[in-house]
Amino acid sequence: MTAVQPHLPVLQVVIPLLGALLAGLLRRGTSGFALALAVSWLMPLIAVALLCQVLTGGPISYHLGGWPPPWGIEYRVDALNGFVLVLVSTIGAVGMPFSYRSVALELEPRQQAWFYCMYLLCLTGLLGITVTGDAFNAFVFLEISSLSTYVMIALGRDRRALLSSYQYLIMGTIGATFYIIGVGFIYLLTGSLNMVDISARLGAAWASQPSAVIAALAFVTVGLSLKLALFPLHVWLPNAYAYAPSFTTVFLSATATKVTIYLLIRYYFTIFGVSIDFRALPITEVIVVLSLAAMFIASLVAVFEQNVKRMLAYSSVAQIGYITLGIGLADQAGLTGGLVHIVNHALMKAALFMSMGAVFYRVGTVNLKDLAGIGRKMPITMAAFTVAGFGLIGTPGTSGFISKWYLALGAFERGWWWLVFLIVASSLIAVVYVGRVLEVAWRREPSPAIAEASDPPLTMLVPIVLLAAATVYFGFFTEWTAGVAGTVAKTLIGGLK
Amino acid sequence: MKLDLILRIGTKLILPFILLFALYVQFHGDFGPGGGFQAGVITAAMVILLAITFGIDAAQRIAPPWLVSRMVPVGVLIYAGTGVLGLLLGKNFLDYSVLLHDPVHGRELGIFMVEAGVLITVSGTMTSLFYAFAERGR
Repeated sequence: MTAVQPHLPVLQVVIPLLGALLAGLLRRGTSGFALALAVSWLMPLIAVALLCQVLTGGPISYHLGGWPPPWGIEYRVDALNGFVLVLVSTIGAVGMPFSYRSVALELEPRQQAWFYCMYLLCLTGLLGITVTGDAFNAFVFLEISSLSTYVMIALGRDRRALLSSYQYLIMGTIGATFYIIGVGFIYLLTGSLNMVDISARLGAAWASQPSAVIAALAFVTVGLSLKLALFPLHVWLPNAYAYAPSFTTVFLSATATKVTIYLLIRYYFTIFGVSIDFRALPITEVIVVLSLAAMFIASLVAVFEQNVKRMLAYSSVAQIGYITLGIGLADQAGLTGGLVHIVNHALMKAALFMSMGAVFYRVGTVNLKDLAGIGRKMPITMAAFTVAGFGLIGTPGTSGFISKWYLALGAFERGWWWLVFLIVASSLIAVVYVGRVLEVAWRREPSPAIAEASDPPLTMLVPIVLLAAATVYFGFFTEWTAGVAGTVAKTLIGGLK
Repeated sequence: MKLDLILRIGTKLILPFILLFALYVQFHGDFGPGGGFQAGVITAAMVILLAITFGIDAAQRIAPPWLVSRMVPVGVLIYAGTGVLGLLLGKNFLDYSVLLHDPVHGRELGIFMVEAGVLITVSGTMTSLFYAFAERGR
């Protein structure tokens, strides 16, 4: 253990990378699954070990190839990204058993090993973005995760999956290009790509060339906002989530956008925020307005959506609005709310998409009109859907309530009463769209089309129940969510200029 | 196929030199412009030229599709494996200085292996892309 411990940051990325390469050599879906499962279950162990080490001993720095920063690439783990590492790897580990039957049903046999290869590559990319302390290295991992994501979406059975993947490819490439232009500006201004080094040098650049710093900030913001689907740059997301294979949607909705949000927080609070006085710029106004637009407009669109996966996708856009609202508020309670909602939303949305994946596995459709009475045929699945749905609304006793409580508290701290009112009002729209599904699922007579349906096999059912249980658990015990998020928020805000 | 005699003889003459040039670019990458990526593209260009002149079956006799599609992960595996070798020898990931008795030679060997991995992956990827397009509708 002691020999391995110093290398944990790089093992977090190298093990899934090696797994992906080996999976690329395999031809059988089952062996690909076994490999992906082994890797996915190893990842949370490393992530938790890292987070514990960081919480007690402070940030860890790992020098790739032995070259010290700022020249070499540095992997840097602190409480913020340790927190995200645990989230991403846990979602992968919990979701993996679900994938076996879902992928076996939805993909052709010759594509299955490739699918697991792409999944592991995507995991590599997401963990890499999180763990790296180098702005350009983050871009490389962003591309690794995005390219594998495009493949994972395009493998969907629905022919529209190909079109949505293409749409995402174009939008995602524009986003990555904007990000790299922003990094280019930063490099011109500071001569460095190491994030810690940049934050130390950006202050001088801000004094001499403020407009160039603002251009860098703008490019990074727009590029990352495209990737994290901040309203109105979200148009790729609903189709991509709706037509991708079930497991792709589960994994992406819970991790991909969250990791990009992490990167945005990293840039705002530890790079730009420490060298520029953000109060001089209208960042709070822009982000709060866009977040509110996401919370209301995307929720309203979700109300009228007939395909449940698409409805949940629009709901994701709205929920991302809550997270960015916390970032925009940028006070202790508000940022805690945003950070804790990253975890809470990931868990509940994974539960929701998984139960829809299970319904698709049994019934072959997720259109609302075909799901009448599905609750009576698949009681455990739909009970989990109901619990996670309540979490989405923010009912007390679920983790969604905790997030919204902190956000409302953050709005109070600023004295923005109207914002508290708007947070509650947008939750009421969630009542409508979640309620529609629940009404159809529980109160209608089962239609003959679903007469054969029953709860899915245990490999699918256990992850669904676990995630739904987590939604309730983190509604009562918040030490590992709101507790850690609070500590992180305190450090981040303490560093702001 | 009977009419393009010059093209066929010309291709046959030029093929070995393309491969030779690819290897030159590969090994010259240590000292000057070049390296695994460029060499990989040139190697793939050789296969593509063969396919254009003599048909895809002739190209797939020397570069069978099963081999080409396996070359893609194998090259990256060599790259990552070189990095892991440094890890196993007690240094950081991608630290090549411990591969041989002397750090400078160790780094040279490390770069050599990494570039070989890049050559394999890039030529495999380029050829796979070409096969994917050429085999459409067959």
